[in-house]
Amino acid sequence: MVTLKEALQMAPQEVEELKKDLNRKAKEMKELGGYVEQFLGKDLTSKGEGVPIAIKDNINVEGWDITCCSKILQGYKAPYNATAVEKLLANGLSPFGRTNMDEFAMGSSTETSCYGVTRNPFDPERVPGGSSGGSSAVVGAGLAIAGLGSDTGGSIRQPSAFCGVVGMKPTYGRVSRYGLVAFSSSLDQIGPITQNVEDSVILYNIIAGHDPKDSTSAPVEFKPVQLEEPGKRKFKIAVVENYIDEASPEIRNRLWEVVEALEKEGHQITGVKLMNSKIDVATYYILATAEASSNLARFDGMRYGHRIEGKGLKETYKLTRSQFGEEVKRRILLGTFVLSSGYYDAYYLKGQKVRHLIKEEYRKIFQNADLILGPVTPTPPFKIGSKKDPLEMYLNDIFTIGANLTGVPAISIPVGKTSDNLPIGLHLIANHFQEETLFNGAYTIEQLVK
Amino acid sequence: MEYEVVIGLEVHVQLNTKTKIFCSCPTSFGERENLNTCPVCLGLPGALPVMNREAVKKAVLFGRAINAKINKRSIFARKNYFYPDLPKGYQISQFEIPIVENGELFIEVDGEEKRIGITRAHLEEDAGKNIHREGYSVVDLNRAGTPLLEIVSEPDLRSSDEAIAYLKKLHAIVRYLDISDANMQEGSFRVDANVSVRPKGQKEFGTRVEIKNINSFKFIKQALEYEIERHIDAYEDGTYQEEVVQETRLFNSRTGETRSMRGKEESADYRYFPDPDLLPLEVPEEFFSLPIPELPDEKRRRFMEEYKLKPYDAGVLTAEPELAQFYEEVVGAGVDPQMANSYLSVELLGRLNKKNIPITESPISAQKLAQVIKRVADKTISGAGAKKVLDKLMEEPQLEVDEAIEKLGLKQISDPAVIEEMVEEVLEKNGDKVEQYRNGKTKLFGYFVGQVMKASRGKANPQLVNQILKTKLDG
Repeated sequence: MVTLKEALQMAPQEVEELKKDLNRKAKEMKELGGYVEQFLGKDLTSKGEGVPIAIKDNINVEGWDITCCSKILQGYKAPYNATAVEKLLANGLSPFGRTNMDEFAMGSSTETSCYGVTRNPFDPERVPGGSSGGSSAVVGAGLAIAGLGSDTGGSIRQPSAFCGVVGMKPTYGRVSRYGLVAFSSSLDQIGPITQNVEDSVILYNIIAGHDPKDSTSAPVEFKPVQLEEPGKRKFKIAVVENYIDEASPEIRNRLWEVVEALEKEGHQITGVKLMNSKIDVATYYILATAEASSNLARFDGMRYGHRIEGKGLKETYKLTRSQFGEEVKRRILLGTFVLSSGYYDAYYLKGQKVRHLIKEEYRKIFQNADLILGPVTPTPPFKIGSKKDPLEMYLNDIFTIGANLTGVPAISIPVGKTSDNLPIGLHLIANHFQEETLFNGAYTIEQLVK
Repeated sequence: MEYEVVIGLEVHVQLNTKTKIFCSCPTSFGERENLNTCPVCLGLPGALPVMNREAVKKAVLFGRAINAKINKRSIFARKNYFYPDLPKGYQISQFEIPIVENGELFIEVDGEEKRIGITRAHLEEDAGKNIHREGYSVVDLNRAGTPLLEIVSEPDLRSSDEAIAYLKKLHAIVRYLDISDANMQEGSFRVDANVSVRPKGQKEFGTRVEIKNINSFKFIKQALEYEIERHIDAYEDGTYQEEVVQETRLFNSRTGETRSMRGKEESADYRYFPDPDLLPLEVPEEFFSLPIPELPDEKRRRFMEEYKLKPYDAGVLTAEPELAQFYEEVVGAGVDPQMANSYLSVELLGRLNKKNIPITESPISAQKLAQVIKRVADKTISGAGAKKVLDKLMEEPQLEVDEAIEKLGLKQISDPAVIEEMVEEVLEKNGDKVEQYRNGKTKLFGYFVGQVMKASRGKANPQLVNQILKTKLDG
């Protein structure tokens, strides 16, 4: 597949050819299930002219269906563009193809989509990760040049690690959330999913920047990230030892190899320990579900989406909202519970306090480090249907959640394969708004492991 | 047994910003259904709120006007509940830290001034409206997202009169500040009342009942009085425990009664939590130094001093800023302040109220009213004539004052020589009565006045007639 950098040099005619080609290939590789259109037997949805970018099904593109891969939003067409989409269009990029995801971005395997599962491009028996599994799978399978995903607890980075691509979550507030269907407003960020770090920078530079339509968008001047020659800068890298040790043997060994290689190249490596990663998961599932329970209240069938008419208002609400899948229902219930009077202090408020502690922990590490290095996932991609227990599924995010809770930028880059030819990802985190450091670190490692 | 009434009021005031509180849709009233909407106020997936600075400014002005503490940093929270007129499934409001806290205002009942505490005033968005039709309902979201200031009083009010005085004062303040139209019929000034009654001397409050959404001062008074009586009757009958329960009641303006809204109230859990879509609200420093216009209390005091008006009259004239302004325009045109007061408060307002016309749309301008009063003062017309002129001007607003006087033929005869002639004629014709008068039947004086006025077809200046008659008869 051509890279984004190359595609941006292509003549309009070539781009049109490329789109036709993608359409043809998407039909051939229907089984992948990376695009929603692959389930529906339709052409890839397209808007505007220019280099095609795959768009996750929770980002508004004017005139497109937007369903968050949920039954409840069937038939709803977006009447406006997300700010990120406006920026793509303004920069000669064209939204092209709706990518599959876990329903309302709740999941780590893309198994909860109402359309069906997406398969891992390296092993069709395995999941692509999630919730942006569709975007990562189509980029990994050569069905897209690049895509946009959203990341609330690892939803860009984890599937990118599983699909052998580069997935990046910007600093909270760096990319406008306007037009991204909210899962957890204080954690969500849109980010690029690409074939390599250079493309990630290109796409990131296009979508980043202050947006007056998003009150949580950082009112800071945005300077596009520049990549330096790899290896030129020597980084101070904090390696999260306890995280690496918690990962499965092949991931653990590969990451230690990379760390060793970095040290040899003259980068300064220090070992750090982060709080028990289970605390991150507990905090995340309190705060994210609390916000989600409120964010998803608007899907009541009154104004849009798929309503199931009942006798009277209450029954109509019940029937309509029963269309949510199991995982979404579970999280709405959990979030409703932690916000309920009598439990608010014990859960939500405590969760906020722990979130501060976690931020403090990161702040301290960044006093002496440019980057934090660790695994993206505890294991390589798992088999479809193998994780029945939701808690077991939640543990997939243990290493990525911290970046959302603290708001710092993070990236997942492929650094090798397991003996089963499954991709291994490496997780790199930088301090708030230090995307330039993050990308340069990632670029250095990418070139090093080539 | 003596009882004490305890009332606390919650008033929702729609702020008169041009656009909604979290989006740029207009707030105009009476538009076609769902015209004033956008992705934000429709609660479409992915849309986000952005705070309207004007609403913040108005809230701060209010806080300063009631001598309150303004929180430089306040928090927006989500109040979660389902209702078709609530597009997001939650209302963005303020919960733990409101923008305005600990204010006060002063009311006067039976000549006594009393301080009423204002616990808090917070910013929030209004909901839309459910419209019920035969067999189905529709939702109009034009109002959704209109900025509201919810003003909560302390339970300091002890009677329905105090409650009304408080509401009128609050109404005047928001109108003076120009932060709201405060039109009760259009719902831009909505009142919920909390009432309880306890035996005098009892420390604990009685059971609190909330009466919702009453849309005129008259009805609020009726509702409160009905409710107070219900509580007292229950005490007297020994059925207080059963009859008076903590609940929400609705007032029926047709029957003048309140009735329970729901059977057994489920206490709603709104699951408030800070809205992650909005940063804490920081009040811009410059809002603390914005000028505050002259407020009703100040203006009233000034009217009493400057125009030597009685407290009651000054109160009437300053209840609405437009009325006060109208009065000052009349006086400013060079009219005696007392005459201006009686012609405005009695004659003009009486005529406007009869036709339900607000002072702002009065067909008789301040300049014209002043002109009418001047014509009385310079004796061109009589007081009775002035009333006819005002009636005429109400009907034909295009007429000038002098044209109306001319048309009505009301120009007074104020030439003493002419009047003297008429007086003599009348006395001549009634020689017998003159005789009787001079013999002590002085009651007949009125008869002579009447005869002269009749002879002049009402145009003779009555004071002159009196004068001349007196000299002729007594002199």
